[in-house]
Amino acid sequence: MPRRDDISSVLVIGSGPIVIGQACEFDYSGTQACRVLRSEGLRVVLVNSNPATIMTDPEFADATYVEPITPEFVERVIAQERPDALLATLGGQTALNTAMALDAAGVLEKYGVELIGASVEAIEKGENRELFKAIVEGLPEAWAAEVARSLICHTMDECLEAVATLGYPVVVRPSYTMGGVGSGIAHDEEDLHRIAGAGLAASPTTEVLLEESILGWKEYELEVMRDRADNVVIVCSIENLDPMGVHTGDSITVAPAMTLTDREFQRLRDIAIGVIREVGVDTGGCNIQFAVNPADGRIVVIEMNPRVSRSSALASKATGFPIAKIAAKLAIGYTLDEIPNDITRETPASFEPTLDYVVVKVPRFAFEKFPSADERLTTHMKSVGEAMAIGRSFTEALQKALRSLERPNAAFDWRREWVDLDKDALLAEIAVPHDGRLKKVMDAIRAGATPDELFEATRIDPWFLDQLALINEVAAEVTAADELTPGLLRKAKRHGFSDDQIGKIRGMSADVVRGVRHALGIRPVYKTVDTCAAEFAARTPYHYSSYDEETEVEPRERPAVLILGSGPNRIGQGIEFDYSCVHAALALSEIGYETVMVNCNPETVSTDYDTSDRLYFEPLSLEDVLEVIHAERQAGPVVGVIVQLGGQTPLGLAAALEREGVPIVGTSPAAIDLAEHRGAFGRVLADANLPAPKHGTATSFPGAKKVADEIGYPVLVRPSYVLGGRGMEIVYDEPTLADYIARSTEISPEHPVLVDRFLDDAVEIDVDALFDGTDLFLGGVMEHIEEAGIHSGDSSCALPPITLGAEDLAKIRVSTRAIAEGVGVRGLINIQFALSSDVLYVLEANPRASRTVPFVSKATGVPLAKAAARLMLGESIADLRAAGVLPAEGDGADVGPDAPVAVKEAVMPFNRFRTLEGMSVDTLLGPEMRSTGEVMGIDALFGTAFAKAQAGAQEGLPTSGKVFVSVANRDKRHMIFPIKRLADLGFEIVATSGTAEVLRRNGVTATVVRKLSESSATNDGRRLVDLITSGEVGLVVNTPHGTTSGGSPRVDGYEIRTAAIAAGVPCITTVQGLAAAVQGIEAAREGGVGVRSLQSWAEAVRPRSTPARDDS
Amino acid sequence: MNAAATTRATRTPAILVLEDGRVFRGESYGALGQTVGEAVFSTGMTGYQETLTDPSYRRQVVVMTAPHIGNTGVNTEDAESDRIWVAGYVVREPARVASSWRATATLEDDLVEQGIVGISGVDTRALTRHLRERGAMRVGISSVSEDADALLAVVRESPSMAGADLAGEVTTSEPYVVPAVGETRLTVAAVDLGIKAMTPHRMAERGIEVHVLPADATLEQVRATGADGVFFSNGPGDPAATTDAVSLLQDVLRERTPFFGICFGNQMLGRALGLETFKLTYGHRGINQPVMDRTTGRVEITAHNHGFAVAWPTDLGDTVATPFGDAAVSHVCLNDDVVEGLEVRDDDGDLVAFSVQYHPEAAAGPHDAEHLFDRFTELMTARRTRSTEGTVR
Repeated sequence: MPRRDDISSVLVIGSGPIVIGQACEFDYSGTQACRVLRSEGLRVVLVNSNPATIMTDPEFADATYVEPITPEFVERVIAQERPDALLATLGGQTALNTAMALDAAGVLEKYGVELIGASVEAIEKGENRELFKAIVEGLPEAWAAEVARSLICHTMDECLEAVATLGYPVVVRPSYTMGGVGSGIAHDEEDLHRIAGAGLAASPTTEVLLEESILGWKEYELEVMRDRADNVVIVCSIENLDPMGVHTGDSITVAPAMTLTDREFQRLRDIAIGVIREVGVDTGGCNIQFAVNPADGRIVVIEMNPRVSRSSALASKATGFPIAKIAAKLAIGYTLDEIPNDITRETPASFEPTLDYVVVKVPRFAFEKFPSADERLTTHMKSVGEAMAIGRSFTEALQKALRSLERPNAAFDWRREWVDLDKDALLAEIAVPHDGRLKKVMDAIRAGATPDELFEATRIDPWFLDQLALINEVAAEVTAADELTPGLLRKAKRHGFSDDQIGKIRGMSADVVRGVRHALGIRPVYKTVDTCAAEFAARTPYHYSSYDEETEVEPRERPAVLILGSGPNRIGQGIEFDYSCVHAALALSEIGYETVMVNCNPETVSTDYDTSDRLYFEPLSLEDVLEVIHAERQAGPVVGVIVQLGGQTPLGLAAALEREGVPIVGTSPAAIDLAEHRGAFGRVLADANLPAPKHGTATSFPGAKKVADEIGYPVLVRPSYVLGGRGMEIVYDEPTLADYIARSTEISPEHPVLVDRFLDDAVEIDVDALFDGTDLFLGGVMEHIEEAGIHSGDSSCALPPITLGAEDLAKIRVSTRAIAEGVGVRGLINIQFALSSDVLYVLEANPRASRTVPFVSKATGVPLAKAAARLMLGESIADLRAAGVLPAEGDGADVGPDAPVAVKEAVMPFNRFRTLEGMSVDTLLGPEMRSTGEVMGIDALFGTAFAKAQAGAQEGLPTSGKVFVSVANRDKRHMIFPIKRLADLGFEIVATSGTAEVLRRNGVTATVVRKLSESSATNDGRRLVDLITSGEVGLVVNTPHGTTSGGSPRVDGYEIRTAAIAAGVPCITTVQGLAAAVQGIEAAREGGVGVRSLQSWAEAVRPRSTPARDDS
Repeated sequence: MNAAATTRATRTPAILVLEDGRVFRGESYGALGQTVGEAVFSTGMTGYQETLTDPSYRRQVVVMTAPHIGNTGVNTEDAESDRIWVAGYVVREPARVASSWRATATLEDDLVEQGIVGISGVDTRALTRHLRERGAMRVGISSVSEDADALLAVVRESPSMAGADLAGEVTTSEPYVVPAVGETRLTVAAVDLGIKAMTPHRMAERGIEVHVLPADATLEQVRATGADGVFFSNGPGDPAATTDAVSLLQDVLRERTPFFGICFGNQMLGRALGLETFKLTYGHRGINQPVMDRTTGRVEITAHNHGFAVAWPTDLGDTVATPFGDAAVSHVCLNDDVVEGLEVRDDDGDLVAFSVQYHPEAAAGPHDAEHLFDRFTELMTARRTRSTEGTVR
């Protein structure tokens, strides 16, 4: 069946900001879909509020709407674009829910838009638990497919009744939430009240499912594809190493399934196919999760997602079968047998990939950012990223995956003495799933725990436990050997040991181990991910390393550039850096280089085998990167390595790579180091006569105290060489400083703590610029909306800067140039300034791609990362202006009066974390970054753009109703005007007594409610929180009283803010944010907030740009 | 704890030598010793117990592309015959424990017990690529001597698969009956050319009483079963060398007895119809092969194990007239257009015989093509009805 000819335009909905449970895998899938649809000659209309995505690059769609993904905004896009069809199965739960809402509201019918991929009915059947249960139970009896015994509840009373039948523990699963939001396991009635209560609140249909516990069962997932001719294939099986009870996103997972016989696997396959047929997913992919009782093989179908999921991205990378791409083709009418397999080119996509390697995915957590959060792993996903590794054995893949996490403690470590290992304590510890459990399992093995004891404690399959024991045995051999023989070294490498691990065991450095290894000729070979276990020749160089015999890297003629990616997503280093890496690959391919990507993050576009000419799915450790470089040097000329686009991960390797004789293109490692080095950077500033806040460095408390005394409190303290403000705090007094130093265990002479004067009330400014040694191109100047002291990644900002004058911009330009020149930048630089009392202070400079590069590129229409890549390889800014990559004249700092205002807003993951007591973690912003993602609002005026950013990031600003206000004393003066304006607009103001008093004196009547701490009559306090929880209040304004420190928030305000998060009420915690919100509310009230595509804005943004040079 | 058993085999150095002289070094696996056979690779990620016990692998040294083998041990239910047939076994990562609630022993213990010589730790992907590029070839494994030259000489003296008539080596010595599950609705005479246990089981599930006959069965023996249909099984060897079965099949076709063949049985049908068979460069062995059923337009994911195939003399879409009716290609492998199924229709256009080159009984493998057993059942039922009508008329 060829492609349908009754569709000529398709609306694709993306997944919006990166949040826990819905990350950049949907950029990967959406990007693939857009590419496919356009190549089929269809007009593609895209809606996605996330500017950091590749899919929102203007060239991936005909009309790109960076607008909030809400039914209201998407309807406006539909009204404007009138697409024939809507593809909502590639944008995660967000897209699916939006499509369902549009259908329910009659919008799709009104505009004659056909939902393709999965019908409303199929989505209903897949997502509605009762319908799904009926489908599973209706399958042929011989398959013995069951769902867990369960009951649907809509109230707490119903929950209590249900438990009387099911017994504890019960699993609570709210309907229509993603990533397991609001789900958990209740062991008793208290748990039930807490978890089911939250679940009912989180479900848009106030519905939770309570089901029998299948904790500890084996857990599997199957990725299934179906076409409109009813051909079905299983793309991949995935086995969770962590058994049932841990969300699959938080589990260590393995592909293919390792511990199923063919009979059991075929039963799962039969059920999966039966389910996709009955649910009626006509075209595309879905994933189905199973639990298998290890004692008797009883199979329980857990759930299915009638859409492309996080696991689909993993399965695509694990097999080389591009699920999203194929799903898009199926959606427009092709059948599987009509689509060629990209990798073999000769065989069709209607087959099931077979693997001759093992894939292991490990999650990466960010608990250090939320010190009060409960770190136990449950059915509620908490990880912020993941790393994947491929090996020719499980042991090799697992150890590679663990070191891909880039956490110093993630890899197994045998240094500690045996006497430290308390078996019973370890067995108790590993019974509770937590981040790093596997390492404790290894310790328990070292402590002599038997396979039975380990299985009883963890329910991890005995085969996996034996593989861990095998790793331990190899380590023991390495430990016990008189000398490291070639045979033993090779054996250890085959089981995935890094040079570093071996070195630690043998008491030598990783460099020495590497030297010995190279002298002995023990190097990895590179195998190919080819979908078919070598049955057919692969045409796509998608490689992974293994200590095996034969390498498959082909020789090449063209000079290669290696691009080092950014590794697993983490807070502070996410999709934005992948964006820049992908752009470099695209740009350098265009000008004739062979691009070679090295990365280990399965969620990304960079690890798509079509992005670069060659892909190495490898850990970003020095050892692994050096081996890739060696292999590529054997294959042909290597021009150099790009380290400045992938964030701190590749940057951290720059100096060591250079020491090993690897050419680094662009800004030199020495220049990178200079910018990080306080003293040297200080001299650059002094030479250029640029002021910086007073600062100093210290390696001890006395040293830090001396610096702080000299420059005066408050001070900003942080460790050197970190990204995302890790460990950064604002310290107002000496005891807090002492406490900070005491907690900072990683401080050493090589890594001192930096102490800066903190500029209260300053306006913070972020600049992204390009420099080629001669010319400067200011990519964008962003003005932060929150005051200085809030991490730039968590702060909202506006571009162009909304309150800066020409004089300020001129100063910024001069300073940026001086720093770029002084540091020696070739490529991108990001500088943070603070404007305080007309003085422009330099806070810090990073000679690399920043988090804001994609935002700036989207807002200004200039591809900064592409330009940077070409600068690094020797072209000049003048060349790039001539080539049409950069505008012929002008830059991001002198936009015309018609240019729109773009507002970036951060998205915070607070709703994902609970304290041990089950409370939400505090939501205050600070100098340590905690956001997972961002959205952009773009419109002609700031207010509208801000309102759009708010709508994209959270619930959106209210246009009427109640506003609750409680601000710190120092903020009271600034709060009067905006609150008065809200009152004038008809909002009812509710305030705490102090705030209300100030308002009253200024002519604003506010209803007084009492804070919890003001009254012993807890009734009043409860009422305040209840007011928020019940949804009566549409907006909460609460600025913190005093400061936070060490993750222990002041009680005041904490309950207010957490209640707001729990209830999904917008919560503003700064006065600047309040002012912006008022402008946004005014804009929204005026109505007619329109939508406009980036392509349409581009004409306004780049009025003076010249067309690309004609090369013909 | 559901680990049924643990193997702690001591590994000794082992070598694998291909007839073109390429040598792989690894460690012993299974029984210690020396073995020769035809090197073939299988890409299935599950189902090693079924593969090992499949008689079609007689005299073949099987290279598993999936690295981890033996994870679920062996059990009493999944074997496809009462012994392991492979001549040798090549894996990368043998399991040390068997983990499955059904496991009764480790795979390695089973291999040792049955004297199967294997090798582990070799670069099975490199070996597979070698076979893919140069074709299936003879191979030797030794875990008792590291002398590659000596082993190479042995390999080069060993018989080749082309021209090998092996059905007699694997077939049952005596006829036996697999009773129908429930009511007996039909009877089938199944000629065992290397039959897998699942095949008669799939028929029995459909109310068929299966009379399994030795490979040298005569038409009289077939007739004596009173069969409604005749079935030819899978099996090892070169179809061109297996001539007796072909003439038996021609007799069956002449009598218009409904016929169904699987794998080797498909090649037998091809030869009975006067078509040629040929050796594929490296064969199809795996459980992920896409086959288009040209009669329905559906794609099925199927289990394959064949080194030979039927050569179609004309365009795949054309029919060929034969003494037994018009023959057509019913199934094609989408990877390489190899003929995967044949059907023969009489002058009225009614189906009289059909066969597939792959394994609808699917042990191991997906169940997508299991409906072919229904097709056989329908064919026999239709023939019975027609016969009855004919008598009345």
